[in-house]
Parts: sequence; C-alpha cells; structure tokens
Amino acid sequence: MNELHALRILIADDEAPARNRLRELLAEIPGTVIIGEARNGMEALRLAEQALPNVMLLDIRMPGMDGIEAAGHAQILSPPPAVIFTTAYDTYAMQAFELSAVDYLLKPIRLERLANALKKARALLPEQLNEIRRLRPQRTHFSVSERGRILLIPLADVIYLRAELKYLTVRTREREYLIDESLTHIEEEFSDLFVRLHRNCLAARTFILGFEKRHEADGESHWVALLKDVPDILPVSRRQQHIVHEITG
Amino acid sequence: MRMMASIKQNHRPIPIALPDLRNLGVQLRVLVLANAMAAIAAVLRSNSMSETWQELLQISAAMQPVLLASMLALFSIHRQLAKLSYRLGIVAVFMLVLSLTALAHVAAAWLFGPEFVPSLLRMWFFSAIMTGILLVYFNLRGRALSPAITEARLQALQARIRPHFLFNAINAVLSLIRSDPRRAETALEDMADLFRVLMADNRQLIPLQSEINLCQQYLALEKLRLGGRLRVTWKLDSVPMDALIPPLVLQPLLENAVYHGIEPLAEGGEIDIRLYRSRNEIHLLLNNPYRKGGDHHHGNKMALSNIRERLALHFDAEAQLKTKVTDYLYEVHIVIPYRTEP
Repeated sequence: MNELHALRILIADDEAPARNRLRELLAEIPGTVIIGEARNGMEALRLAEQALPNVMLLDIRMPGMDGIEAAGHAQILSPPPAVIFTTAYDTYAMQAFELSAVDYLLKPIRLERLANALKKARALLPEQLNEIRRLRPQRTHFSVSERGRILLIPLADVIYLRAELKYLTVRTREREYLIDESLTHIEEEFSDLFVRLHRNCLAARTFILGFEKRHEADGESHWVALLKDVPDILPVSRRQQHIVHEITG
Repeated sequence: MRMMASIKQNHRPIPIALPDLRNLGVQLRVLVLANAMAAIAAVLRSNSMSETWQELLQISAAMQPVLLASMLALFSIHRQLAKLSYRLGIVAVFMLVLSLTALAHVAAAWLFGPEFVPSLLRMWFFSAIMTGILLVYFNLRGRALSPAITEARLQALQARIRPHFLFNAINAVLSLIRSDPRRAETALEDMADLFRVLMADNRQLIPLQSEINLCQQYLALEKLRLGGRLRVTWKLDSVPMDALIPPLVLQPLLENAVYHGIEPLAEGGEIDIRLYRSRNEIHLLLNNPYRKGGDHHHGNKMALSNIRERLALHFDAEAQLKTKVTDYLYEVHIVIPYRTEP
C-alpha cells in the first residue's frame, strides 16, 4: 500500500509517553500514516480540519477539551473521521462504550488490538454520540461547520438560543450561528446555564440583565427579557412568567 | 496465601494495654466518665434538686483533686507503666490512686478539720470503684477497637492506588523501553517500591522519612507521564524525620492533587508541600491548583475520609485533617501529635 491509500491517523493524548507509545505501535502497522499529534481536544480538532484524518485516536481524559467532546465536534467534518478512544481505566466509560458499540482501547495498548480496531474503525453514529456524551456532564463548546472548518462556540459566550424551523440560532456578542441540535436536549444538558423564556427560546442566566413589562396596543401586557451586550429583546411566554420572579428574586 | 495470613491474624494474642494518658481523647474520656459517675452518686444520695447540687459539690471537692493528681501522676510515669505487664500495671494504678486518695484525705483533714472530710474508707471505696470502672471501660474499648475490628478497619482503609495511575504509569514505562531503557528501568524500580509499600501490612506507624521517600518515587513516576506540567516544591523546614505517621497519608493526597489539580490543566501547575513541627505537633500542608467545577470530588472525598478515619484510629482526637478551597487553590492541612519510636 502506498502513502496515498494509507490510513490517515491523528493521535490526541495529553501525555507525551502515551503519544510516543502509539507512534511506536503504528510504525509497525503497515498502511498507516500519522498526520498529526495533539495534546488536547481543541488541538485535535484544529489538526483534523486541516488534515482530514480517516481515524482519530482520542484519549478520553485530556485537559481543556476532552476526547469525547472533541469526537462529537469532529463528526461535523465531511467526511467525518472514524474515532477510537483510548483510556487507562474508567469503568463508566468502558460500560458506555460497550453499550453503544463505540471502539475503545485500554492502555497499555497492544499492537494486535490497535491493528484490529483500525481495521474496523468507522465514524460515530448520532445515537452513539448521544450515548457517550452522557459520560461527560457538559460540553464546553457548541460546534458548527463552516466551509470545511469547525467553528467552536464557547458556551460562556452564548447569550441565547432560538429555535428556527430546522435549526437553532446561537447568539453571541459578535454574531449568530446556526447549529443542528435540539433545544430540549440543550435545555437538559445545561439546565444550570440556560433558562427557558419561551417555547422556542433559551437564554443564558448570566446574560439576563432584567425584565420589563411591555404594553401592547390591544391592552395586553407581557414580560420581556433585557440582555447584556446585545440590544435584542426576548419575549417571556405566559407559561414561563414565573422565571421573572425566580431570577429577579 | 490470603487464607494463611488471615488465620494467623486471628490467632494473634490480643494486646490489651493500659490507656495512654498522653492522649487527649483518653484524658477527656476519663474526666467525663469520672464526673458522670460523681453526678450519679450525687443523684442517688439526695432527695431534691438543691440537695443534689449540694452533694455534687461535696463529692467534687473530694474527687477532683484526687482525679487530677492521679492523672498527672500516671501521665508522668507512663514510660515506666508501659514496661509493666497489664496485670502489674493495674495493680500499680490502683496503688497509686489509693495512696493519692489517702494523701488527699490527710491534706483535707488538716486544711478543713476532720469533721468536714468523708472517712478515709469511704474515699478509698469511691476511688477504687471509679478506677475499676474506668479500667474496665478502657479494657472493653480497647478490645472493641484494637484487635480484630480495628485491624479489619485499618486493612479495609489501606490506601489504594488509583487504577488510572497504575495503567497510565505502565503505559508510560512501555513507551520508554525502546527509546530510553535506563529510564524505564528506574521507573519500574520505583513502581516496585511503591507497590511493595501499598501491598504491605500498613497498620504500623512509620517514620516520616519513609513516607517522604515513597512520595518522591511516586512523583517521579507521575513526572514521567506529565513532564514539565507537574511541578513540585517540598518545604521541609526542620521537620523531624523520625516523627511517626500512619503510612500512606501523604501519598494519596499527592495522587489527588495530581489527578484533580494538575491533570486538568493543559499548562500544568505546582504542588506545594510543606512540613513543619510546631511544639508537639507535626503539620503537613499541601496545596494544589484548583479550578471550580470539573469532574472533581467523589474520589477525592473518599480518599480524604479514608485518611481522616485512619488518623482517628491511630491518634484519636489528637489528629486533625482540614481542607480549604479558595478560588485557585485547594489546601489540605493535617496535624498529628509528634511521636517517635520509643
């Protein structure tokens, strides 16, 4: 097999000896080429969007962005890379991986296991992703693909999310993004960060300045939320009016 | 092997010893029990509340000097007492308490006049009963805490290393075998030492020096994986290296610090260990960077309560473990009494 058809592999692990070990093992598996080495999930994504690997070997526990979150974001690349997780020991992760049939390797990693895993490696299915995401209490970023790049939106920057037909609009101070996720899932995942103001809208608690009562021409009145950093005004639905008192105390 | 070991343990004679009056917990128990008994006696001898007070005052006046003098005397001769067998020790304690009672009787009669002092026989009787009850109490307590049960507790509490560390360390050593066989050798030697201690019988106190050596070997292994991300400063300002501590008190704290403090930081961080002696106490202070949120806590709490419990089993109320969290730092502070090999 020549370089052109070789399996393009990206390694991500925060520990140098662990990367070193994978490099040594891969050197013995014909038909593989390492296209990059990353020290955390963020670096792995940066490398992945440039080099488009076929397989990402991701350590689960990495500082900054962990392997599971990185795997999720990487799936919006096209074509999405296959993912194999590596871990030293993590009972919960192992169980979740077994259940969702996600590929994983236990450290110390054996040559035959690695070769085998590479043979059958494939991209993650959305169900698998949902299954293993439960392992990590919270993501740190949302991701959108834009012209073959992965744009990461730090959760701390998100002011509000609004459901719009098929997509969600994510509003940050600078701009809006469209992401392909469900408002309900996000509400569940980040119940401490976001609060539902309306059937189609979640707002970040830290960005809510206060509430104001608006009077309509027809005599009806309703609450709206005022936000930090953006002039946008979000209506609060009648059903969610209790939020006004909860947040303003 | 396991079976054998456990059978052997069950046949080990039960070492019952006199209570160690140097221990604050023992002192408190003696005082509380003796006074409780005085209160009971007062209630039994009186018909009304005011009479009870009167009685209690009288009993106390006779009892406290004898009690305190006996405790002081036993405290000062604990070395000699410890050399005696348990039976002889008991005889010695009774003789000491009874002679101090007689002394108190004579002194009180001389000070206040014989008519205000209970008869010597009554005082002896009271002292003997009290001493007897206290000795029985400590004997029972010793039986309940020391042999089988405490040993089982201690064994169950023996600090365990995180599998996470074990497998990562093996992985790191494997990666060195080809490129740097010498470092791989050292690493395996460190690992062997570490596991020898972990698998040993860790119920006896050890000198501080051994624990520090063990910690350094552990840190060398972690350094292999984490490289420059792990920075450690030791400040051993004149701490006596012969001070006795329960084994594996410091090492699990370091393991926590690495797992929760250093590993989550891409740029790494510093663990700061300070040991010092203040009067008769040894202080162990450990700091590591800390970021709120994150996957903290369950494992950390387990390790801490494990250490806390072992400290209590060894030192009773005299040892302390406190933790403090600030915005960026996590601090553990342990205080143990300064004891050395007799």
